[in-house]
Amino acid sequence: MIIRFAGFGGQGIVLSSYVLGLSAALDGKKALQNQAYGSESRGGECRGDVIISDEEIYELEPLKYDVLVAMNQPAYEKFVPLIKPNGTLILDRDLVVADSAQEPEGITKHAISATDIAFKKFGRKIIANMVLLGYLNTLLNLVSEKALAEAIAKNVPRGTEELNQNACQHGIDLARQEMKV
Amino acid sequence: MAIEANRKEYLRRLGGKKYFILGDEACAYGAIYAGCDFFAGYPITPATEIAELIALELPKAGGICIQMEDELASIAAIIGAAWTGARTMTATSGPGFSLMQENIGYAIMTETPCVIVNVQRSGPSTGQATKPAQGDVMQARWGTHGDHDIIALAPHSAQECLDLMLDCFNLADIYRTPVILLMDGEIGHIRESVTMPELSTITHAERKLAQPAEDIFGGPELVPGITHYGEGANVHVTGSTHLANGMRDVATPEVHDVLLRRIYRKIADNREQIVRTELDKDTDGKAKIGVIAYGAASRPAHGAVGRARNNGNAVDFLRLITIWPFARTQVVEFCRDLDVLLVPEMNLGQISREIERFVNCRVVSVSKIGGVPHTVEEILTAIEEAV
Repeated sequence: MIIRFAGFGGQGIVLSSYVLGLSAALDGKKALQNQAYGSESRGGECRGDVIISDEEIYELEPLKYDVLVAMNQPAYEKFVPLIKPNGTLILDRDLVVADSAQEPEGITKHAISATDIAFKKFGRKIIANMVLLGYLNTLLNLVSEKALAEAIAKNVPRGTEELNQNACQHGIDLARQEMKV
Repeated sequence: MAIEANRKEYLRRLGGKKYFILGDEACAYGAIYAGCDFFAGYPITPATEIAELIALELPKAGGICIQMEDELASIAAIIGAAWTGARTMTATSGPGFSLMQENIGYAIMTETPCVIVNVQRSGPSTGQATKPAQGDVMQARWGTHGDHDIIALAPHSAQECLDLMLDCFNLADIYRTPVILLMDGEIGHIRESVTMPELSTITHAERKLAQPAEDIFGGPELVPGITHYGEGANVHVTGSTHLANGMRDVATPEVHDVLLRRIYRKIADNREQIVRTELDKDTDGKAKIGVIAYGAASRPAHGAVGRARNNGNAVDFLRLITIWPFARTQVVEFCRDLDVLLVPEMNLGQISREIERFVNCRVVSVSKIGGVPHTVEEILTAIEEAV
């Protein structure tokens, strides 16, 4: 399973990919995490990739993705054509205006108001990434919730652990509600 | 060398833990396992994370980390510190590695054990600055002037960044020579699970001491013993041609001839002891196509070999762990019955051309530059075109 998080530098894109990769490793799976890293990335394009597998990982920088989590318009426009057939697109609907014409046929699309939820429920826009992470993980059943919680606790700024866990939990709940319907 | 008490304690606590870390960070832990006492370096992408973790962790294990004013000073510092008996290293990338070439030659000529990590990035010059490449393979071999041999290893995973550091430090001490860990920006900047070894599995090679203490550049054996500064003997260390006791003699042809041939032979003659490769032969034993790769390119290459086999093609695979000295025996043996050999590299064919010198089969360079590694699909396509 290949997952790309993409958005602006500062949205916690790399952190999301790191936390997901670490969670998979904690679950005993093979995991590889990589991020866009360059002078052109500051304040601009930012992406973090995770590969999770039960087998040896040979691909270091895949060209196509099973899942794209898009957290801004340029990231959506640039990477949406790279989603594999039958892949999944997850959008922060507050930051991306989707255009179905650009999207590969056969993909499944999910849009949530991650930034709005992060601000209105938790008072911090910056934890929108955690809402998306919880949502993504439950929707696609990637890693155990225990490992995810542990990875978040270890890697968010001290004092914000509960806030981040709650935001993640909110995303988990959103996915559960959606899956029930 | 015996491991000191505070380092033992540090490594005992670390042993068995699993971290999800960068190849660079694994390299830094590897240095601590390998008994690195002294690190001197200057930050540069994509090698900076090595220095960052060393700065945080090495002092806890009793070592010293110093940020120098540039790369010239960094390598000078580790050479000097090595002569006090310390296990020393620096870490850099292409532009810094270029600056270090003069003193790499000095370390070769003065037979100074030390480790230089080069996390290769796309060049020449500032090139694509932060992007990975494997363009310094020949620079590692021939970057410094004059006849010499060199030892260079290339890891293909974050775990191996740790494991090969132990080999680098041990080889440096055994052969009294600078050793290069030829990483690349791809392997340095991926995060993977890395298991910290148990202390009981770690061995540090002994650095042989000179007998008599003044005889630090001669003797009957290819690798002379060393006498460290402060151990009571008169020790003279120069990059100029010198006698067994280190005193300069640049005028006598035989002195240079004997010295340089020995420095060359101590690596060349021990090639079979130094070289490590990893072989994955096709199970039917009849492959006519082979793939040789190393470092980042070896990951998608190995994946492509697996896919090709699933598609019904017999393909053999050889990974070079040691880049220099060149694994010519293993490569010749690997290619003996092949019609075609594919060599994927993130450069314009540096090892591919080296292989051509030794084998009879057709050698196809599958080169890729531009700061992005090969995909499995790209190498699979090359294999299928060769069928």
